[in-house]
Amino acid sequence: MEYFLQQLINGLALGSIYGLVAIGYTMVYGIIGMINFAHGDIFMVGAFVALIAFLILVAIGITAIPLALFLVLIIAMLLTSLYGWAVERIAYRPLRGSFRLAPLISAIGMSIVLQNYVQLAQGARVKTLQPLITGVHTVLDLGNRFVVQISNIQILIILTTLALMSGFSWIVSSTSLGRDMRACEQDLKMAALLGVDTNRTIALTFLIGAALASVAGIMYLLYYGVIDFHIGFVAGVKAFTAAVLGGIGSLPGAMLGGLLIGLIETYWSAYFSVQYKDVAAFSILIVVLIFMPTGILGRPEVEKV
Amino acid sequence: MTNAPILSLDQLTMRFGGLLAVDSLSFNAKRGDITALIGPNGAGKTTVFNCITGFYEPTSGGIRVTHDDGDSFALEKLPDFKIARNVHVARTFQNIRLFAGMTALENLLVAQHNMLMRASGYTVFGLFGLPGYRNAEREAIDLARHWLEKTRLTERADDPAGSLPYGAQRRLEIARAMCTKPVLLCLDEPAAGLNPRESDELNTLLRSIKNETRTSILLIEHDMNVVMEISDHVVVLDHGKKISEGTPDFIRNDQKVIAAYLGVEEDAVEAVEAEVGL
Amino acid sequence: MSAEKTGKSSVLSHALKDALIAGIVAFGLFILLLGFLTDDSRGPLQLRQRPVLLASIVGMVFVGRFLISLLYYNAPALRHWLGKLWFAICAFAARYKWQLVALMFAVAASRIYYAPQSWPLALIIVATTFIGVRFGFSAALLVFAVLFPVTFYSNPYYLGIAIIILTYVMLGWGLNIVVGLAGLLDLGYVAFYAVGAYSYAIIAQAYGWSFWVCLPLAGLFAAFFGVLLGFPVLRLRGDYLAIVTLAFGEIVRIVLLNWISLTNGPNGIGSIPRATFFGIPFNPTEAGFAATFGLEFDPTHRTVFLFYVILALALITNWVTIRLRKLPVGRAWEALREDEIAVRSLGINPTNTKLTAFAIGAMFGGFAGAFFATRQGFISPDSFTFPESALILAIVVLGGMGSQIGVAVAATVMTASFELFREFEQFRLVIFGFAMVGIMVWRPRGLVSTREPTAYLKERKKISVEHVAEGRG
Repeated sequence: MEYFLQQLINGLALGSIYGLVAIGYTMVYGIIGMINFAHGDIFMVGAFVALIAFLILVAIGITAIPLALFLVLIIAMLLTSLYGWAVERIAYRPLRGSFRLAPLISAIGMSIVLQNYVQLAQGARVKTLQPLITGVHTVLDLGNRFVVQISNIQILIILTTLALMSGFSWIVSSTSLGRDMRACEQDLKMAALLGVDTNRTIALTFLIGAALASVAGIMYLLYYGVIDFHIGFVAGVKAFTAAVLGGIGSLPGAMLGGLLIGLIETYWSAYFSVQYKDVAAFSILIVVLIFMPTGILGRPEVEKV
Repeated sequence: MTNAPILSLDQLTMRFGGLLAVDSLSFNAKRGDITALIGPNGAGKTTVFNCITGFYEPTSGGIRVTHDDGDSFALEKLPDFKIARNVHVARTFQNIRLFAGMTALENLLVAQHNMLMRASGYTVFGLFGLPGYRNAEREAIDLARHWLEKTRLTERADDPAGSLPYGAQRRLEIARAMCTKPVLLCLDEPAAGLNPRESDELNTLLRSIKNETRTSILLIEHDMNVVMEISDHVVVLDHGKKISEGTPDFIRNDQKVIAAYLGVEEDAVEAVEAEVGL
Repeated sequence: MSAEKTGKSSVLSHALKDALIAGIVAFGLFILLLGFLTDDSRGPLQLRQRPVLLASIVGMVFVGRFLISLLYYNAPALRHWLGKLWFAICAFAARYKWQLVALMFAVAASRIYYAPQSWPLALIIVATTFIGVRFGFSAALLVFAVLFPVTFYSNPYYLGIAIIILTYVMLGWGLNIVVGLAGLLDLGYVAFYAVGAYSYAIIAQAYGWSFWVCLPLAGLFAAFFGVLLGFPVLRLRGDYLAIVTLAFGEIVRIVLLNWISLTNGPNGIGSIPRATFFGIPFNPTEAGFAATFGLEFDPTHRTVFLFYVILALALITNWVTIRLRKLPVGRAWEALREDEIAVRSLGINPTNTKLTAFAIGAMFGGFAGAFFATRQGFISPDSFTFPESALILAIVVLGGMGSQIGVAVAATVMTASFELFREFEQFRLVIFGFAMVGIMVWRPRGLVSTREPTAYLKERKKISVEHVAEGRG
């Protein structure tokens, strides 16, 4: 029982990270109908930017954790969203309205570029950051040999995710940018005809998606303390799986999918085997899609005959 | 030769969530006839078509097709491709669905897939170019040529279907459906977007299909010229219900039908007609 | 006069403005990742500053963007002249093509006269040009491929690269059936390649059967996996299918990594039986190939043999695909890519049709995998990762979906450039990624953007790709 609860907490923390990355996939897919394969690598870039920003702050003597964390958050979101924007500008905008597979291939190209660029710039070795946020709280102690704990970093991850999610939902539902985004999602051409600056809206979507991914990158960095140029691929595939599982195009779906993937992975590792945790996640994706072909919260695709 | 109707709908009902698109619809289409299904926009005509051709599974009710030799098929549970393959019901689409990147000829060859598939020994014999398959393919091309001639598309046979003008695409879709050798041909607004000359040609084509191949035709159409001129029997739908059926002449003068098209109650028809000067 | 002057200066100022923006963005992009290096070679993670690197890269972006903008704003004139030049070259080549062949011949003859040992090179050049002029590009490519080992017999490095290229050509052709013809986006094709390789390795080791027995078995196994995956998932549409195939690819890789008793896990399977010349091994023994045919032993014999094996396998893939396109099943694939609903209305079973595409594509992937296993003699899960799938998919899309010759050219260009610049490592990959983006922007529908009809009444007209759909499956 305690073990189960403990895994629940671990799974929620991991799932939050996946969810934040998944939002980027789902938004871009919703608006321009493409799989942004480079998004996982944007997440990785975000983690690297955050790492370097941390080290710079330490070097110039800002060591108060809350302040440093806040500054890193701002810097990483700004610089990483610039990456999101640049990727869109270079690889996707010239292909707008083109054939479906062309942007997919250029996205794969961009993913290769980002991975190897980071490897070239920062080396292939694993980067380790000593734990910055420490401390755990006991949630439940029934006097058995196992105690349920939640660490500060887990609390931080879950709270930040909640805050960002609600902030982002507010943007989508209540701002003019959100209205433009929803219009573009419904019908890009019509939105353009009605005077929505679609290029700007799409660029902003990439920007926001990248900013959220960078936050996920920071969380990953803080949670695991190790990053390398390769984390983007695995996290990207997982997050994309999460987006599809939840129903691609749906924001709550992305979050739900992220949490589910996080929980599946954690529980599978806890009760069965660590090696096959990804197999479990992917298998559940396949099974869910067989019975719900558009994901859990996706709009059922009505076949227009 | 059986006397049973080619198509018989029994209490067909189709519900989408809260929306009742087709409500206990029953009618028969006589063998060898052209039966028209008309009604205002949103009356549920295309839904009926999609139920007959298996693209939708009806909520309840029965659909039965009876072949000339008396074989009878219940369509309501069959998947779409089996209805086309085993029951030989062919259809066209309201918004044309051709294989745009394939030539007109190729479109007609795809339609003969099942015959060619058997002839090619499910690909195995065909792969090595055995004569049986080559003969079958020659016959398929002959049939395609026949329908290309009937639809006056021979000149465009080697052009991609997507490059044909609109009217030609409509005709090609009918030719493609005919290449499946159907017993029942369902046409969803074949005259939509055609100019008067083209719609006259369509009448000629449909009449010749009826007379020469004995294919029964079920037709959704808004163009009353086409409906009144060629159909033997007309069924009128409004809000998913049958409101009238009969010969074209009968329908033309039925107050209920006029009311439905004008979108008013039956007793208001005269007032409206007076207003617009009829 | 003055109007022209303002035009020029505004072009200049526009270009300068563009370059400035690009420079600022580049600075933002690179300030942390290039401006600093995280370094843990001396204890804990430390930062080193790299201002020179940062400045030079930002400078390069600035100058590059400036030049591109200048070109771009002068583009109509530039395109005009380039077009004229290209037209002139084409006209010249068309008019004097036989003279060109004769000239080649003369050059080759004189070369052989002065340096007889270079006859293979002369032979391949003359033969390729002649066939190319007479029978077209595909035939020339084929002749070049057949003569390749003769020419480069003394250069096993090139032979090795040629074998890798042909493997990718074959994989490209195999995936082309699924993606190009049937329009099903498969992001996990490498799984079938892996299944082929592992089943070959395991069967060959366990039973000691020869290559020619194990090869078809490997293909069948891969096809079986294709059906196994295809059966539940083929009713998914569009990108849902894409992610499921990707997931399947990952599942296969993870299983290979962890099923240690069967696959030996991350260490891979070594000493896989080498291909033999129909039972005669390539070794310096009495019973070896060289001794049997009275030749002096040379390890290149095996390489040449492998070259012809993969060439034959690739050509079989090509031939089968060309035949299948003209059969009902192939036409149904293409029809499915164009419009699945219409396909169903014609009485064609969409699931079976997709399954055959999946199974046949997987089978060729399996053959290629078996070949890979026997060529390498060693396989491990590292060879079957997602980037491999992405590379094969890129080959298909860059070549022009559905086009056989386009896929061959794309595979050659991509693999060759990949192999030849091996020493540049990551740098090469960055360029490679940008090249993928560039080619897509330049030709979104790939190098060959026409479709060849499979039957005709009067004349065979090429179909412009603007009419051809990509499929939503």
